[in-house]
Amino acid sequence: MRWGVVVFPGSHDDRQVLHVAERILGDEAVPLWHKDRDLKGADCVVLPGGFSYGDYLRCGAMAKFSPVMDAVQEHARAGGLVLGVCNGFQILCEAGLLPGALVRNRSLSFVCDRVTLRVETSDTPFTFGCRPGELLTVPIKHGEGCYVADEATLAALEREGRVVFRYADRTGRPTAAANPNGSLANVAGVCNAARNVVGLMPHPEHAVERLVGGEDGLRLFRSAQAWLGRGAAAERREPTLVPGP
Amino acid sequence: MDAAEIGRTATPELGAEHGLTPEEWAKIVALLGRPPTIEELGVFSVMWSEHCSYKSSRAFLKQLPTSGPMVLQGPGENAGAVDVGDGLAAVFKIESHNHPSYIEPFQGAATGVGGILRDVFTMNARPIANLNSLRFGRIDHPRTPFLVKGVVAGIAHYGNCIGVPTVGGDVYFDAGYDGNILVNAFTIGVAPADRIFRARAAGPGNPVIYVGSRTGKDGIHGASLLASAEFDAASEERRPAVQVGDPFTERLLLEACLELMKTDHVVAIQDMGAAGLTSSSLEMAGRGGLGIVLDIDKVPLREEGMTPYDCLLSESQERMLLVVKKGSEGAVRAIFARWDLEAAVIGELTDDGIFHGRWRGREVCRLPVTALTDSAPVYRRPAEEPARIEEMQRLDLATVPEPADLTQTLATLLESPNLCSRKWVYRQYDQLTGGNTVVRPGADAAVVRIDGTRRGLALTVDCNSRYCRLDPYLGAVIAVVEAARNLIAVGARPLALSDCLNYGSPEKPDVMWEFQQGIQGIRDACLSLGTPVVSGNVSFYNDTDGRSIPPTPTIAMVGLLDDVEAHLTPWWKAEGDVVVLLGRTREELGGTEYLATVHGLVRGAPPWIDLEAEKRLHRLCLTAAHERLLRSAHDVGEGGLAVALAECSFGGAGLGVRVALERGMRADALLFGESQSRMLVSLRRRHLGRLRDLARREDVPFTLLGEVRGHSISIGDLVDLPIEPARERWRRALERRLGG
Repeated sequence: MRWGVVVFPGSHDDRQVLHVAERILGDEAVPLWHKDRDLKGADCVVLPGGFSYGDYLRCGAMAKFSPVMDAVQEHARAGGLVLGVCNGFQILCEAGLLPGALVRNRSLSFVCDRVTLRVETSDTPFTFGCRPGELLTVPIKHGEGCYVADEATLAALEREGRVVFRYADRTGRPTAAANPNGSLANVAGVCNAARNVVGLMPHPEHAVERLVGGEDGLRLFRSAQAWLGRGAAAERREPTLVPGP
Repeated sequence: MDAAEIGRTATPELGAEHGLTPEEWAKIVALLGRPPTIEELGVFSVMWSEHCSYKSSRAFLKQLPTSGPMVLQGPGENAGAVDVGDGLAAVFKIESHNHPSYIEPFQGAATGVGGILRDVFTMNARPIANLNSLRFGRIDHPRTPFLVKGVVAGIAHYGNCIGVPTVGGDVYFDAGYDGNILVNAFTIGVAPADRIFRARAAGPGNPVIYVGSRTGKDGIHGASLLASAEFDAASEERRPAVQVGDPFTERLLLEACLELMKTDHVVAIQDMGAAGLTSSSLEMAGRGGLGIVLDIDKVPLREEGMTPYDCLLSESQERMLLVVKKGSEGAVRAIFARWDLEAAVIGELTDDGIFHGRWRGREVCRLPVTALTDSAPVYRRPAEEPARIEEMQRLDLATVPEPADLTQTLATLLESPNLCSRKWVYRQYDQLTGGNTVVRPGADAAVVRIDGTRRGLALTVDCNSRYCRLDPYLGAVIAVVEAARNLIAVGARPLALSDCLNYGSPEKPDVMWEFQQGIQGIRDACLSLGTPVVSGNVSFYNDTDGRSIPPTPTIAMVGLLDDVEAHLTPWWKAEGDVVVLLGRTREELGGTEYLATVHGLVRGAPPWIDLEAEKRLHRLCLTAAHERLLRSAHDVGEGGLAVALAECSFGGAGLGVRVALERGMRADALLFGESQSRMLVSLRRRHLGRLRDLARREDVPFTLLGEVRGHSISIGDLVDLPIEPARERWRRALERRLGG
């Protein structure tokens, strides 16, 4: 398949997503410059982490006006796959492709750590190969990752099974202690009503190699591969828990 | 300076206000054959400042070993460079930003990171990791929490936003820094070994191009008045001399510069850091033996009413100065435009050796370049050992009672500000961007994979300033040796180092003595270990209200792993593994964390060191790592063996340790003494024989201590401390002491 990775001025993890797509998955991948309007035939568009436009004004608030975002909107409307990670999630919320918003962490500090994610639904292209309840160890690194939405929106998300990931402890319980940023209902990631657009704060692209952060993040990328080539059985395996200090 | 003053002749009184001595003023008048204009005076004041000219340190820095087969660039450029194989060079440097960070901790620390990043990418190296070394006053000093939070947030802000991971560092608290904190920032980048760019101008007629942010009035006299003078109550009023950082613009500048350096347009490049446009233009011209014409009025400005004096001295951030080939101007502009950055031609090189500064056609500076660089004063200031050293080194252990409950003593030490977990700090740093962070903060050294290769770089910063206060020579030796040992502990071969020499005022004979002793110590350790100094920075005048900081020669050392998969971490890996101590424990407690924390004593001689024994330990550990005998390795450092055993048990897997120790000395010295040249390792029992043979061959003392077992730290009948809740208290201590 063909991955398109949007590059805003200030994006960081675009190189990492390209690395995953090309060197680890063996797929095609193209960078999509923010001033372009062409998605270059990408099957899945990834909005990577970073500090687009320096996160000045408000995270993601400038990026949504980039020319490339018109094409991303069109791609999403047509049912194409879109994944937003961290700053990419913030941009998708700002652009109205996903509900809710991401505000300052409750600790008021940037936080970089490993967290446990509980997969809430396998009914999205990016969790297609996971079991509901499966636990993934994936890093976070953000200052504004506290997910908020009004009561009605949050109720609808829960009712429609659109909370895709939740922060959990190592036994899978979404406790307050396991919530790194104060997100409502421990929400770490959500999808749109059509379920083809997914955003999450944690960084699956930084958990793709045993040597560097473990391999649990690959589950999302392989799910998308499998979803696009439906019928192919998704790889299933037990999650790994990597202890750290 | 206001507009009416442009081009006016300066007076000796104005010279004094600029920090020049009467002798320096007279030297300037003699060099020029006339008094300088106010613009020229400004230029002299920064170029001859301690910060830029190294006038008090230069004569001594020459003693440091700076060459070696792997050295591609030694001191004298923006950063040092060493060959790391695969056609790649590691480019790195450490630099201080102490005074700005005390006055305005957030921006001071942030711009410290921004400055060192520019030094590295100026040389065509993409930065791959940052470290920082921080010293604060007592943790219960009323200003300390404010300073710590501001500095950490500032470092996080800049590093996280620009997208370079912060992978390690150190933090210590000591009353000696109550009025003068230290913020030392380190960056390492990777460049093609055959395409390292330098700041040596060439080719008269070649244009000089200004790129990056516009120039404002911020940071004027940062180098001369802020960095090169003592602190007092009025220093806070110099807050306007602290610059403001914009990491987003620097990211664009970084990408644009790296893109430009892929072409053949660039002749020389230097960032505008301390002393801004003045030092970057003059140093480039000086290295090339050329002259330079600058049309100062062509500098892109951020605000109105700026004079040529302001433009020459501004330390506005995120700016670079380029010398490019004639005819390349358009191509350079196009690259910067793609990144929405300005590029302005502001002058050209000449062959007359003169710096011509013009403002709207009028020459306001006409200075021989060598007068500013080569003719800068060099001082051999008086140095004298102070009487306090002999007094402080006196320690009668008979007067130090041994604690009755050593388990409690260990618990206390693990919660002390200098030994507890640093997670509260490094959790605020993005440690992962780039996707190559193999060993994150919290181990002996960080390990970062070199992208696209099997190799890894190991990185550490070290300095025990308590040792340096008690014995500035031995303290400096240990700073180098401990840095090397930390690299060895992760399985890396030490290559080279960058030093950040933080001292008090060089005008005080005792400080000058401490400085000379420090240089000697670094020199002797470097010669012994074969690790040259390839870059560095001297920060004098770390004094407040007449009190100097403890000598703090911070050592940032870089090591190489040929196979990054073979790296080691300090944490126990499996129950039943055997635990071995390599090296000898002596009965010595001078300068220890234990003595300071438990007995309130900063006394005694620092631990003894035998450099030959140290080298044998390094060889043994590297051989054992190479043969994959070891499952974990950890330097035994501050807090001694007991703290090291606890740290190895705090890896998160919940594995404890059970060891027995032969006595033969005071129990507190055995547990908490800081004898050098020791490594704590664990391994599978079946490898024990082989390790013992290797140790015998290298003549390294070998002690089988016990094994990885249970869920507590159990040391004979002396200590029995359950891992939980000790680990939780160790983890949370810093946050608790700083008030959240």
